[in-house]
Amino acid sequence: MTAQSCPRQHCATTMDSTALEPSLYTVKAVFILDNDGNRLLSKYYDVELYPSMKEQKNFEMNVFNKTHKADNEISFIEGMTIVYKSSIDLFFYVVGSAQENELMLMAVLNCLFESLNQMLRKNVEKRTLLDNMDGVFLVVDEIIDGGVILESDPQQVIEKVNYRADENPLSEQSVAQHITEKLALTSNVLQSAKEQIKWSILK
Amino acid sequence: MIKKFDKKDEESGSGSNPFQHLEKSAVLQEARIFNETPINPRRCLHILTKIIYLLNQGEHFGTTEATEAFFAMTRLFQSNDQTLRRMCYLTIKEMANISEDVIIVTSSLTKDMTGKEDVYRGPAIRALCRITDTTMLQAIERYMKQAIVDKVPSVSSSALVSSLHMVKMSFDVVKRWVNEAQEAASSDNIMVQYHALGLLYHLRKNDRLAVTKMLNKFTKSGLKSPFAYCMMIRIASKLLEETDGGHDSPLFDFIESCLRNKHEMVVYEAASAIVHMPNCTARELAPAVSVLQLFCSSPKAALRYAAVRTLNKVAMKHPSAVTACNLDLENLITDSNRSIATLAITTLLKTGSESSVDRLMKQISSFVSEISDEFKVVVVQAISALCQKYPRKHSVMMNFLSNMLRDDGGFDYKRAIVDCIISIIEENPESKETGLAHLCEFIEDCEHTVLATKILHLLGKEGPRTPTPSKYIRFIFNRVVLESEAVRAAAVSALAKFGAQNDDLLPSVLVLMQRCMMDSDDEVRDRATFYMNVLQQKQKALNAAYIFNGLSVSVPGLEKSLHQYTLEPSEKPFDMKTVPLATAPITEQKTEIAPVATSKLPEKLAPSRQDIYQDQLAAIPEFKGLGPLFKSSEPVQLTEAETEYVVRCIKHTFANHMIFQFDCTNTLNDQLLQRVMVQMEPSEAYEVLHYVPAPNLPYSQPGSCYSLVRLPEDDPTAVSCTFSCTMKYLVRDCDPNTGEPDDDGYDDEYVLEDLEVTVADHIQKVLKPNFGAAWEEIGDEFEKEETFALATVRTLDEAVNNIISFLGMQPCERSDKVPENKNSHVLVLAGVFRGGHDVLVRARLALADGVTMQVTVRSTDESVVDVILASVG
Repeated sequence: MTAQSCPRQHCATTMDSTALEPSLYTVKAVFILDNDGNRLLSKYYDVELYPSMKEQKNFEMNVFNKTHKADNEISFIEGMTIVYKSSIDLFFYVVGSAQENELMLMAVLNCLFESLNQMLRKNVEKRTLLDNMDGVFLVVDEIIDGGVILESDPQQVIEKVNYRADENPLSEQSVAQHITEKLALTSNVLQSAKEQIKWSILK
Repeated sequence: MIKKFDKKDEESGSGSNPFQHLEKSAVLQEARIFNETPINPRRCLHILTKIIYLLNQGEHFGTTEATEAFFAMTRLFQSNDQTLRRMCYLTIKEMANISEDVIIVTSSLTKDMTGKEDVYRGPAIRALCRITDTTMLQAIERYMKQAIVDKVPSVSSSALVSSLHMVKMSFDVVKRWVNEAQEAASSDNIMVQYHALGLLYHLRKNDRLAVTKMLNKFTKSGLKSPFAYCMMIRIASKLLEETDGGHDSPLFDFIESCLRNKHEMVVYEAASAIVHMPNCTARELAPAVSVLQLFCSSPKAALRYAAVRTLNKVAMKHPSAVTACNLDLENLITDSNRSIATLAITTLLKTGSESSVDRLMKQISSFVSEISDEFKVVVVQAISALCQKYPRKHSVMMNFLSNMLRDDGGFDYKRAIVDCIISIIEENPESKETGLAHLCEFIEDCEHTVLATKILHLLGKEGPRTPTPSKYIRFIFNRVVLESEAVRAAAVSALAKFGAQNDDLLPSVLVLMQRCMMDSDDEVRDRATFYMNVLQQKQKALNAAYIFNGLSVSVPGLEKSLHQYTLEPSEKPFDMKTVPLATAPITEQKTEIAPVATSKLPEKLAPSRQDIYQDQLAAIPEFKGLGPLFKSSEPVQLTEAETEYVVRCIKHTFANHMIFQFDCTNTLNDQLLQRVMVQMEPSEAYEVLHYVPAPNLPYSQPGSCYSLVRLPEDDPTAVSCTFSCTMKYLVRDCDPNTGEPDDDGYDDEYVLEDLEVTVADHIQKVLKPNFGAAWEEIGDEFEKEETFALATVRTLDEAVNNIISFLGMQPCERSDKVPENKNSHVLVLAGVFRGGHDVLVRARLALADGVTMQVTVRSTDESVVDVILASVG
């Protein structure tokens, strides 16, 4: 990754860009945070960027604080271009250098999000994500390899990972608990049905 | 274990994290079930996920425990569960640097990589290459070559990307796979094509011809992948930049044709490449700007951001090219993404008219608190540029900047504002008082020591010369009471300057000084005592030398001289004049040119170029005893570019001698030059004492030879001289491939261009922050005055530049900048003449038909005054 070692102290204060060295190393980092800014998954591909865990977590917190309030898709923080997306209680970030083509980073972000969306059957929220963490690791691994975009088509990613998200991923879950959950669900359904009937009569 | 998590989840709702309270030791304990038979894929999978999750959270694994877990994991290869196997690959990659003996999985991975299961093959290659080192690479080379050209895209891509990662480690091995990569580059799969092109470029990037060929081939046949197009555009623009030829080449045509590509990503990359090209004409920019204009109204925030950011860049150099987009940019100033809005406004500030400035500033102040520091710095930069363009707007800007200064923000941001205010003060004398007032307010509550000291220094310099200097005293003395040592010391220095300049303030300053002498910090006390004593003398010359204009010596040089002095104690007192002068007393200049750029200079004091030369020359025995190096000139080219031998000369001036350093480069790969020296024939009474030849000058390795010359002692006014130079050497022909020279050679010579020594080589630039005080200090004992008519010069600017470059002296008090629409100007210059004599020049210039110049020279030595006047005449 030395090919595009970004002199960070220079980028930090300026947005001026010099010509980009042609390279496949596009992505500097990717991370998924929860709605408190806690790290759920994160990969740094440029070893020179935030070498220590403390620096990484500071950076993530800084990024989170500046992005979680408004869903603005793109920002420029600590000399890095950051594209992001949120879904319920999750935040997805892809980081590239200041000179990187923003649309390439967007392609990575969209692919990541779409692949997870398909894999998790549209339940892109923290609980489902964590229940299928193995699949999430594999998806990220198929999209980016050492900072190089390996695949950008979500369909291809899903095929390659070939992962089946389970409805109840923990087999040892007690049957009783399972039933209570189901019961709760049915009572919810009943409740909402009642409501609907009530409203239709009131009309 | 798992149940425990579920229970916890139930309590805290569905959003909680089942991995939250994982304990490394407990997880490693669980990992023992990897050894159970039969393997339970589900549970093992879950444990592997936990391990990877912990590593991802930054949990530290010791080598022993990691190795243990890794070895247990290898057993899981017996299971045929797909996801489990894939997770094993991930674990291998994650643990490659933590665990020992990871290579034991090599055979399992090789098996998977060449096996029938396509799902395994790609990931297995990537895991294998992660644990392979140079020695083992040979063993799997055959498989890698096959994998690169494999018909399954994921296998081919994996092999190509892994090869790219290994280029850094074993370039020579990977280079042998270039044919396979070439084949893969014509693949139908878009990602394979992209990866193959990337690898090919990395393997060939030092071979211009090969890169050009590759580019031609693929741009003609067309590419499928938009990523590959982006890569090609970058390669093409890099080639264009290196050739720095015209833009009529096919490379430029290719980039321009990409503006019509169907992928936005490619169009944007092409537009950005064109915009970033140096010396692009308005006509070439136009198509790029118009696609960016279209992007400005895109529904995608990233695209709008990319477009407006690039337009901002264009506006810096070609504001007129962007004016066509003003309407689109106006629409963006209310964009919900504040980064986009900020960039749009700062672009408009560059392209718009003076009348729109107020409106835009109002708009931006409505949300400036919401944007990140990086963008605030962009805003400040735009304002700084604006102030230079529309000096009349400085009151609006100053107001805005002071508001920004009050807001929260990081150091870089505050520093940008302070630098900007300082540059406004320097540009517009009428804004000085308001600017200083804002800065005074800022230091009342400033957490950044660097900024506080910088502002105090400025106050000391500018404050005493304002109409009411007394009002600044309070702000400065507050610092003495409240701040850290460094700030207190700076405040004391600033106070002293007020006392030295204003007689009516002197008594009060002395009282305050008295208080500072009781400070708890040594430095503050020392400074107070020192200034107190100087001020009490009430002598203008002392004030000028010790309060207004500080030391002008090079600090590393002073350190070295003092060290030397302590090593060889002598009866004589230490002489400041033996210390080399600082070579870059131009801090004042820099803030003017790039108000924000200066802040990026490293804080630590690096040895200057001259200090490096001093050391190099001192290492040559022939040059012992010449005293300290006084000045080193900029390199002078003595040959045309692209000749057989390239020679440039650096002139080093000493008290009574000069050394000419010839840096020679041999550009012929079939010759080895030996005993290279440059023979010099002086036109005046200069005497060449000694030549130091360069023993060997192989192809393309620069070498230096030196000539030592004694300056004429009996005639101190003979400062200029012309030397005719001839390079003499022994040529030995050699084999261009091996560099093996023939046994015998022949003498040859090569005529170089003449070398001039001028008066500027004898004078070192020195900045006098307070020229008036320095002028009084030297006195008129050796003052001389003469009037000249510069008939050929048409403007005052030209005259000023000519004088500065001719005398090689430092302009002071920003007198190198001629105010507009003036017919007369006073230029003041300061320097030190060889031998350590201060010399000051005041040139009054008047513009009539030509420029009439009245030069007044003062120095501590009479002959120096004569030298200067004689050389000007």
